[in-house]
Amino acid sequence: MIKPVLLWSDALILLLLLTVAALVWLARKNDTFRAPWRQVMASRMGAATALILAVYAGIGLLDSLHYVERLPSAPGQTVQYSGEVRSALDALLTPLRENVEKTYSAPFATHLYAKETVQGPDGRETRDFPRLKHGGAHLADPEKDFWGDVFERAGLGLLGGWVVWLLWRSWFGCRSGGARFGLPGGGCTVAGPPRRYTTLLIILLTFGVLLALAPHYHVLGTDKVGQDVLYLSLKSIRTGLLIGSLTTLIMLPFALALGIAAGYFGGRIDDAIQYLYTTLNSIPGVLLIAAAVLVVQVQIEAHAEMFNTAAARSDVRLLALCAILGVTGWTGLARLLRAEALKLRELEFVQAARAFGVTDARILLRHLLPNVMHLVLITVVIDFSGLVLAEAVLSYVGVGVDPGMISFGNMINGARLELAREPVVWWQLAAAFVFMFVLVLAANLFADQVRDALDPKSRGRV
Amino acid sequence: MLNYILRRVLYAIPILLGVNLLTFALFFMVNTPDDMARIHLGAKHVTAEAITRWKSEHGYDKPLFLNAAADGVGKVADTLFVEKSLKLFVLDFGAADDGRDIAREIGQRMWPSLAIALPTFLVGLLAYLSFALLLVFFRGTALDTGGVILCVALMSISGLFYVIGGQYLMGKLWHWFPISGYQPGLDAWKFMVMPVLVSLIGGIGDSSRFYRALFIEEIGKDYVRTARAKGLSDLRVLFKHVLGNAMIPILTGVVVVIPRLFMGSLIIESFFGIPGLGSYTIDAIQAQDFAIVRSMVFLGSLLYIVGLVLTDISYTWADPRVRLE
Repeated sequence: MIKPVLLWSDALILLLLLTVAALVWLARKNDTFRAPWRQVMASRMGAATALILAVYAGIGLLDSLHYVERLPSAPGQTVQYSGEVRSALDALLTPLRENVEKTYSAPFATHLYAKETVQGPDGRETRDFPRLKHGGAHLADPEKDFWGDVFERAGLGLLGGWVVWLLWRSWFGCRSGGARFGLPGGGCTVAGPPRRYTTLLIILLTFGVLLALAPHYHVLGTDKVGQDVLYLSLKSIRTGLLIGSLTTLIMLPFALALGIAAGYFGGRIDDAIQYLYTTLNSIPGVLLIAAAVLVVQVQIEAHAEMFNTAAARSDVRLLALCAILGVTGWTGLARLLRAEALKLRELEFVQAARAFGVTDARILLRHLLPNVMHLVLITVVIDFSGLVLAEAVLSYVGVGVDPGMISFGNMINGARLELAREPVVWWQLAAAFVFMFVLVLAANLFADQVRDALDPKSRGRV
Repeated sequence: MLNYILRRVLYAIPILLGVNLLTFALFFMVNTPDDMARIHLGAKHVTAEAITRWKSEHGYDKPLFLNAAADGVGKVADTLFVEKSLKLFVLDFGAADDGRDIAREIGQRMWPSLAIALPTFLVGLLAYLSFALLLVFFRGTALDTGGVILCVALMSISGLFYVIGGQYLMGKLWHWFPISGYQPGLDAWKFMVMPVLVSLIGGIGDSSRFYRALFIEEIGKDYVRTARAKGLSDLRVLFKHVLGNAMIPILTGVVVVIPRLFMGSLIIESFFGIPGLGSYTIDAIQAQDFAIVRSMVFLGSLLYIVGLVLTDISYTWADPRVRLE
């Protein structure tokens, strides 16, 4: 039996999803809003990066469905729940999570990376690399069977991925609604340009191979305490996505309200808001964040009794980090919005609305807000990748997420000294690098497409 | 001009006061000195006396804003706000929690910071601008496309990987430079090259792409066509006209960071073991030494405002139409 747990960050993700869904629903009939997105999705780069980001988001969402397991208890006893909060992703990755080795092992290794005293079949003790408990444990003779087994499983995985891809293509390729949802290749284009499906094919093949191999081998090796690196990498995704998206959610109200108000009302209000953001801007960013995080840390320690599980505690710390990044990060967008509102308030349609006696609140909501939305969207997508990168740096400085939380920053931090080891342990760094690079690169390229589609100034620019 | 600068200095005072109030609120009102004492004493030794003793040893045993016990000016002057925050205005940073004088540390540590940050800044600016100009010169060709792709790829890599990779390749594998450390004097260059190189490579994607976009926008303008129509060479147009006219946005981003070069870079310094202000700050953050963090926040804001004034002055130099009044 399980009981779902709604952590604060899960609730906020839900809120974020609902907001986005509501916005999409509101704007679904509006061609002005839809045209740029259609342009993004029509470009090969836009569709490919959106697909990659969607895969990451899917993993992050699976990792946000939390639950606790019921502990076995005798009938009549009060029901007890485990203190360990798990997610749907953990459940899916159970073999990865539970196949813990003793210490480092290289990717696809069948033996440990460190020598140990092993007792041979004849009772003699020798120093040797012991077999892994889980990685390749099903092989009778690793040296002989290894390559055959790996190729067989990988081949099956590739075949599976390819079949799913074919099915997908024939299924969605002939649905006229495909394009509307941003699925690659709408319309009846099974024989159409195969490039549309290349990204999907690559993703499906990767998934197939991983699915076939990961339960039997440590595809990306294990870390110092023997945890599977692939598992760590997949778990890090949620943290990175959360920082990138929740920060925006917290930052937006500040930036929108203050930026537009400063530009529209001018005068004293403008002075006050400008003073506020000049002051915030003048403090070195990392230091302000560090200072605020230190303060929050002390407060969390002082009220430790409020958080009953480790997950709840690190969750609150993560949220605090997002809040701090949001509260310190609204200045850039606010400045852009202020300039835009200054310009807009002199335009005829705003003047006309004012002449008709429309209230300020209504003018702001109906006439200004929709006209600055493109700036907001562009900033949001551009900031996203920066925030994912910032998490790693902040965690390294020691003011990022909870040290016990699985995140890219903590992975890098833990693996940093492994390169200085002899022999070198490179796989944890490499895994964090690849997973982060793909995410941030996709986000950057997607942001470029969105900016090109939404910003009239950059349109047509190379 | 002088008038203008004077006005800017006066305008800086409320901003610095705001910075001060904000950090004071963070460090003394949200986090009371009692909390601080508790952290430094550790969970085991927390007794009421120990906290009082720690507070009096470190000078935190005064009221926040109003000292009812004192008389006359002391009512306001003999408080934590005046003692810990307002004194920063005369650059009196006080002592760190380990008893060392912060001002002296800053005086010593700013030189190694500068030794890394200044070459990084100068060489970086030159390299990024040249690379951007090169891409613009070959705009529309495969070289340009490749360069832009390289830039996006480079800026998608976390800065931490550049440091780790640089140390591994140049330090451990190829033995070119010592992996970390610093030595004042003539031998300093050995320790400087790698941090500078790593920061250069780490920054090239972002900056070059930004500069390229600036130049591309500038190159579409009419005066460029006129210059070309006069028969000027491509290179001359690029360096004289385009670069000159793109100067204002370039200066906006560049000049403001110059004063802050003194403070060094947190990440680079702590990775490469440079005993500068950046690593000083990181150590303070990790040791939760709020006195140092507060001082560095104030110093950073001060230098930022200096940078803003310098930016405005640099505009008059880059564009004769700009007058400061």
